[in-house]
Amino acid sequence: MTATEAAPSSATGEVSGAEIRLEDVTKVYPGQKAPAVDGISLTIPAGEIAMFVGPSGCGKTTTLKMINRLIEPSSGTIVIGDQDVRKRGVDELRRTIGYVIQGGSLFPHMTVAKNIAIVPKLLGWDDDRIVKRVDELLDLVSLDPSRYRDRYPRELSGGQQQRVGVARGLAADPPVILMDEPFGAVDPITRQRLQDELLSIQRELRKTIVCVTHDIDEAIKMGDRILILQEQAHIAQYDTPDVILGSPANEFVADFVGAGSSLKQLSLARISEVELRSATTARIGERTAEVAQRAQANGDLAVVVLDDRDRPRGWPWLRQLKGETIVEPTEDLVNLDSRATLNDALDTMLSNGHGGAVVTGDRDAYLGVVDFVAVTDHMRDMQARANQSAAEAGSETGGTRIARSDDEIDHGTDLAGTDG
Amino acid sequence: MAETRPSKRVAAKRSGLGAGAAIELLGIPIIVLVGFAAYAWWHSVADLDFVEKSSLAWGDVWLQIWQHVRLTLVASAIVVAVAVPLGILLTRPRTKFLAPGVVGVANGGQAAPAIGLLVLLFLWLNGDLSGFWTAILALALYGILPVLRNTITGLQGVDPTLVEAGRGIGLSGRAVLFRIELPLAIPVIMAGIRTALILVVGTASLASFINAGGLGGVLTAGITLYRYPVMVAGAVLVALLALLVEWVGRVLELIARPKGI
Repeated sequence: MTATEAAPSSATGEVSGAEIRLEDVTKVYPGQKAPAVDGISLTIPAGEIAMFVGPSGCGKTTTLKMINRLIEPSSGTIVIGDQDVRKRGVDELRRTIGYVIQGGSLFPHMTVAKNIAIVPKLLGWDDDRIVKRVDELLDLVSLDPSRYRDRYPRELSGGQQQRVGVARGLAADPPVILMDEPFGAVDPITRQRLQDELLSIQRELRKTIVCVTHDIDEAIKMGDRILILQEQAHIAQYDTPDVILGSPANEFVADFVGAGSSLKQLSLARISEVELRSATTARIGERTAEVAQRAQANGDLAVVVLDDRDRPRGWPWLRQLKGETIVEPTEDLVNLDSRATLNDALDTMLSNGHGGAVVTGDRDAYLGVVDFVAVTDHMRDMQARANQSAAEAGSETGGTRIARSDDEIDHGTDLAGTDG
Repeated sequence: MAETRPSKRVAAKRSGLGAGAAIELLGIPIIVLVGFAAYAWWHSVADLDFVEKSSLAWGDVWLQIWQHVRLTLVASAIVVAVAVPLGILLTRPRTKFLAPGVVGVANGGQAAPAIGLLVLLFLWLNGDLSGFWTAILALALYGILPVLRNTITGLQGVDPTLVEAGRGIGLSGRAVLFRIELPLAIPVIMAGIRTALILVVGTASLASFINAGGLGGVLTAGITLYRYPVMVAGAVLVALLALLVEWVGRVLELIARPKGI
């Protein structure tokens, strides 16, 4: 098996999202003098992911909730597509806007299928169509419909609940999806997985997604655009991740993005850009002796065990291979999606003993192995390129840029601290 | 993908009842049956004088049990019909400021001695209502508090993010109430209803003072005629009935609890 480079851009679907436009939107809560949101204006292009970040209390969630009128703006206009949200009935409006909340916020007394079916039912879809749609969505979020559709939320793990939450948000195929810290309540490995999945779903669906997060790394990874807000939702910067990392507009943005901003570039680069190594693979049921021979010929000390659908199931060392034939591994192998970032890759590598990680592509199929050396080489290239373009940009803008050190990237010891 | 594997721990929890609850659910009707059989046996073999015999005649006792049950059920039905909607009203955004006041009044009603409430109402309403309906009114006033309080507590206990999630995906306020808030509050509301049932079945023993019937009649006869066996028989019958009603309350709680919570 040879290492293949995934080409995610070739799989993009047609834009099904709608543009969102905020014009001078202000929110003053009753009894408060200072507005929570003070005259924000911005445009989120159709089919893009806009990440709202900022310190707590900066008005990012208020801004989000004004889009579906969970909070009514005091003044200003919000337009989705070409319709003013205030011209539509509030319930009818919300049925056309997906809403995904931290932890999924599933209704505990309804099964997974019922949770997902709420909005389609409100829209009067017929039963057959709803059943089909529920299964389709469960598939989309990587949950086996026959196994999960009749479960109650408490029978699911946090990550699974969050997946169902995403499925519920997508249920009626809304052009716009609002997400409020969607992955805040799950562990880092699951979060990375969910982020990758959402990106892959988005590549297919091309919705307009507005997502509030407090995690700048998440914003950099997920966002086509990042909106960094200061107090009262004053826009500090609204631009692509590249630009925000490369030329922060002011001190506030530079501080917020963090001192190790060149390390943050790790969140911009994807595994698919790195050259993968092909490792020795084995099938469940193969003769152990043959596999060991093959591995030794390749100079490998471990083999990747694949199941009948090419999915990696384990990565045992040769000395762990006992018995006549390869048995189904019992370990919990954490694979890396080809869409994961280098940041994710380093996390995963540090959590296993192989100094590398198994990379999977569509439908979790094995692609190859990425190791530490490949990632650091790639980072060095990136750094060289970034320095070059920074030098050019710096001479243009006259030097409001923050200083960065070339050394930052070369010290492997710094890397463990990048996910904080 | 580790987290998509089903959790065995959770799957085991699905089977529902704990051992303790199962024992109570099966145990109470057995106790009541055994108790009643013992009473019937005692009644048939005991050496009773004429007064005792006529006080404990089966025909009269059955009638009183029926009256007692009817008082309990009608009063409890009225309690539910009044207290649950009132509790809902007192948790709505526009009217919730009234909640402390109403709960305070209901608290006061509960604190007033039941016999006083009953007699006062009887004197006050004398002639306007029959003894039965006066007793019903007093019992209902008495039983409202636990249901009202639990309806309010239950609804307030619903995770506000779930309510917001419901509104956020396009359910109307009414739909959120009936499809999310009430189902999630049901366990707490039902606990209140069970408490009310027990309160009402006990207090209904006093209804005989105002001619509304019930097993209180046997007790009072025993006391006024100074017939010890009659007194004890009345007490035993009331206790058995109360146990049975408490059991019905538990069964209702179990049936009404939505799956998944």
